[in-house]
Amino acid sequence: MISSRSKLSLYGEKAIEWLIRICGVSAIIFVFAIFFFLFREGAPILREPGFNLWRFLTSTEWYPTSMSNVRYGTFALIAGTLSVTGVAMLIAVPFGLGAAVFVSEFCTGKLRESLKVIIELLAAIPSIVWGFIGLTVMNPLIQTVFHVQVGLNVLNAALLLALMSIPVMVSIGEDALKAVPDSYREGALALGATRWQVIYRILLPAAKNGLLAAVLLGVGRAVGETMAVLMATGHAVNVPHSIFDSVRTLTATIAAELGEASQGSPHYRVLFLIGILLFTLTFIVNLVADLVVRGINRK
Amino acid sequence: MKRILTHTTTILAAALLASCGGKGSGEGKPAGISLQNIGSDTMVNLAQAWAEAYAHAVPGVSVEVSGGGSGIGVAALINGTCDIANSSRKLEKEEEEKATAKYEGKHPTEHQVGWDALAIYVHPSNPLNEISIEQLSEIYKEGGKINKWSELGIAAPGGTDEIVRASRQNNSGTYHYFREAVVGKKNDFKAGSRDMNGSKEVVELVAGTPGSIGFSGIGYRTDKVKVLKVSKKTGEPAVEPGIRSTLDKSYPISRPMFMYTPPAAKPEVESYIKWILSAPGQKLVIENGYIPLEAFAPKDAK
Repeated sequence: MISSRSKLSLYGEKAIEWLIRICGVSAIIFVFAIFFFLFREGAPILREPGFNLWRFLTSTEWYPTSMSNVRYGTFALIAGTLSVTGVAMLIAVPFGLGAAVFVSEFCTGKLRESLKVIIELLAAIPSIVWGFIGLTVMNPLIQTVFHVQVGLNVLNAALLLALMSIPVMVSIGEDALKAVPDSYREGALALGATRWQVIYRILLPAAKNGLLAAVLLGVGRAVGETMAVLMATGHAVNVPHSIFDSVRTLTATIAAELGEASQGSPHYRVLFLIGILLFTLTFIVNLVADLVVRGINRK
Repeated sequence: MKRILTHTTTILAAALLASCGGKGSGEGKPAGISLQNIGSDTMVNLAQAWAEAYAHAVPGVSVEVSGGGSGIGVAALINGTCDIANSSRKLEKEEEEKATAKYEGKHPTEHQVGWDALAIYVHPSNPLNEISIEQLSEIYKEGGKINKWSELGIAAPGGTDEIVRASRQNNSGTYHYFREAVVGKKNDFKAGSRDMNGSKEVVELVAGTPGSIGFSGIGYRTDKVKVLKVSKKTGEPAVEPGIRSTLDKSYPISRPMFMYTPPAAKPEVESYIKWILSAPGQKLVIENGYIPLEAFAPKDAK
């Protein structure tokens, strides 16, 4: 009786162990499957005569449905994605990390709890709603405040993306700061450090990995966002010269054009190639961040 | 955006219907049949109006309408995921071939259901009243020479001289028609136009931007935009888009609106199209701001 029961529990243990192992490995499988799928759909265009990878990356001429001269240049789209993400991060990083420090170090009790709930609420707003806000609220606002022709531009989309990525940064950043042992704070204060010195010299360096992860998750959110930027950027193929220029992002291009591109056509494959490009972009961001974190750790 | 979302849900709905359609249609009860009607964004409001009126006229047949662009409708026709595809342009040769291949050598049926005058919209504060096809082409085509309002001989509306061009995304039938009729089939659009995702968005952008110009179906006209008269060549008399000027072809940029149906369409589809081509259906065309077929045009119309 006892032995059979323990045998059963042994098998149960094994089964659960395997289940958990599968869960862990599945993430890797999914990433590879996605990568494989993207390549299977996108890569055949590389062998097509007349397709030039260099031109794909450096030309600003995006004319996928031209009747006379089809050109697949994504430089303007890449510039669109990078400009919107860059400006969004310029806004979001100081505010996001500042808010994380405030929530973690300065707030107590009710204020802190309600702030956290409200910030998380911000993260729950669907991106299409942000898009509507961009279209109907920010557009006229930017037009009147900055006296520009069109309010659908880099600034509009960047503000939306900043607002969308700040909650992620605050949540993760706050966790990172909370993970710094209290003894660090007590030690610093005992040595006569001011509050500012504690934060700037002790907490930020100690929590840098977590804070960097917070920023990167924000960047990932911004690069991958589609609906809000589709609505707020003005959707114009254009290399921006100022934050008041309309642009078009890589993601928005895929969303707007994939529905019509017939399966297997060069246009369809090029859109998948853009997908690979996006994948590579985020991969590079993550890799660089990983290397930076390791570099910091070694010192 | 919402268009894409509705499109996705339609595909899902269509897939669901297709998967359970085998059981449902076999029992042959006419009540509760639902027709999928996908396509042209220009026609989506009109198609919706038809569907609503038809639901009252013929209970038991519901027509589900979604937009997305003519290209989406045609793609759905080719893939067999819709009963009726709306298109503001004719099927291209390649699409025709694909559809014929899909339906085992039979051609999809083309029904012209009305006309659309492609209106040129500007902001009400814009002093411009008319424009020629040549000028429009110079504004919109790649390498075109007109980029500023002063080059059209008018003071900059809203204080900025740059012409803000509103255009459409490239799966739109309106985009294809405008390229063919104005920009030139062999030419491309000038880069940097704001490619809006729907007919309505173009009109909204123009309404909110003093220095802008845009093209969209006449059915999307509102009080907040001004519709320009259009002439074929600079110096020739310009014509206002209307029922008469579209039907007698004096308005230079008008186009037929089509509904395409698969070769062996359900009988409900055929009676629906028949209803659209009859007086009550054509009356809705006028009510929605479009131009009906010649036989149904009021005699006293402009």
